[in-house]
Amino acid sequence: MVIWCCIVLFPIWVLLINSFKTRLTIYTNPFWIPRRWNFDNYRSVLREGDFLTYFKNSLIVVLLSLLLVLIISSFAAFALSNWRGKTSHGLYLFFIAGMMLPIKIASIKLLELVRSLGLLNTIWSLVPIYIAMGLPIGVFVLTEFFREVPHELTEAAIIDGSTYFRVFVTIMLPLVRPALATVAIYNLIPFWNDLWFPLIFINEESQKTLLLGVTRLFGQYQTDWSKVLAVLTLSAIPVLVLYLSMSKQFIKGVTAGAVKG
Amino acid sequence: MPKQRNSITPKGRYWILYLLPALFFYVIFMAWPLLDSLRLGFFTGNTPATRSFIGFGNYVKLFTDETSRTRYWGAFGHTWYFFLINMVAQNCLGMLFAVILTNPTMKGREFYQTVVFIPTTFAVLVTGYLWKLLLNPVWCGDTLVRMHLGFLARPWLGDQSTALTCVALISCWQWMGIPTMMFVAALRNIPEDCIEAADIEGANAWQTFWYVKYPMILPVVGMITILTFVNNFNAFDVVFATENVNGAPSYATDLIGTLFYRIGIAGQHPIGIPDAGMGAAIATITFFVLMAGVVPMLKYTQREA
Repeated sequence: MVIWCCIVLFPIWVLLINSFKTRLTIYTNPFWIPRRWNFDNYRSVLREGDFLTYFKNSLIVVLLSLLLVLIISSFAAFALSNWRGKTSHGLYLFFIAGMMLPIKIASIKLLELVRSLGLLNTIWSLVPIYIAMGLPIGVFVLTEFFREVPHELTEAAIIDGSTYFRVFVTIMLPLVRPALATVAIYNLIPFWNDLWFPLIFINEESQKTLLLGVTRLFGQYQTDWSKVLAVLTLSAIPVLVLYLSMSKQFIKGVTAGAVKG
Repeated sequence: MPKQRNSITPKGRYWILYLLPALFFYVIFMAWPLLDSLRLGFFTGNTPATRSFIGFGNYVKLFTDETSRTRYWGAFGHTWYFFLINMVAQNCLGMLFAVILTNPTMKGREFYQTVVFIPTTFAVLVTGYLWKLLLNPVWCGDTLVRMHLGFLARPWLGDQSTALTCVALISCWQWMGIPTMMFVAALRNIPEDCIEAADIEGANAWQTFWYVKYPMILPVVGMITILTFVNNFNAFDVVFATENVNGAPSYATDLIGTLFYRIGIAGQHPIGIPDAGMGAAIATITFFVLMAGVVPMLKYTQREA
């Protein structure tokens, strides 16, 4: 176990320390801390402008997609949990099938679709795709949770004259907050780290997401590994920081997909 | 126990309203494209205007044309090899770590758990580039020789015989966290009584694992296998980062994922003209391969609760 930890941490260590070195010293002194700490790499990466644009783009896409996935799948899950019937069950399975099938296979048709919608080369092309990607797990987890809520609560509210919609908003949603967090976290990693869809949909510089920008910067700094490492560190930091601060939640979120409680 | 359905519960028609947004996105952006890609496999040409129906032409060409065939079977074989390594290294080690982590006498459990999962939070691209540097002999060669580890200084990623294995192992390093965590959760779910009963019967740790724990977490094992299987057939980022889209060196690390990208979307090097119909054909075949793997696996490992 300890050995594995070392194997895990070593590359990360190397990444970090080397990003602070000057270009040539990483060759002479690869494994240990730099003799002279050097922040220029970070400074130039951040200043040479585009990095922040990419970051902003990724942020917009991910936040928007997550928000919409949560809203849409909770609506759907609410319906599926309350509506017992063959069609309902069929629809449920239909959604869950999406968890198994990678949406990438349909990329060719998706490319055409996006092109015809006029969304090619914009970050907005990514949002509906991510929503479609995130819906299955959202529906899966949330339906389970909604089913757990005792029916008596709903009945009591209805008898008191409320509509189902109000029940949904004022009673159900607050109760399933942990599940919402789980779904958000589970989808956060693939949305943020996705390279495939931005790669095939976006060519316009100002619209690129963070990961896609990393590929470009990698090409640009081809031999300047210390800059590259600075870029890599910067792109890994957001999720890493989130993860370290909420590690328990994260792990619960990711395992929710496979293990029924 | 089925709940009493009384008249205040709305019928299906009401609920459809709630389901509409979900269905809208899901069908338009996932279900329909998937099905349509199947259809596209029978056509040629890249835009609706230039499309013409050629029946199974794409498939025939894929399997008979010399270059297409070697590329495809090459990628196919590589992907299976990739999958195998991932299964063995990632999932077995994951199982091992999970067992270690759930052992009550283990200290510092939280720390290890957190650390194990860190690589998974990174983008695949990032780890790919990172390992590309680490495995580059130019970078660390001299130092390694000084540390008497000279044999480690080889062009791991440039050598045809080692490249694929390395890429697979890099992928393992990255994704190790997920099976480990899933197995930990599954192991934790096993009721204490079963374990105690085995203990009373005099079983040692090894027997307890194989005869009691393992059968009980079989559904999770199945799920992980399926997820690994599906993800490996789509693996693209890691090869893209460590090598390039062509699966250098000389297509040794070409996977179905990269092949699909090259043919269907970006175009074969060096010409750069994609063949959407062919790409769709590849995607369809991949789809069926996945089905063929997933469905039996599901049947075999999932039991009715």
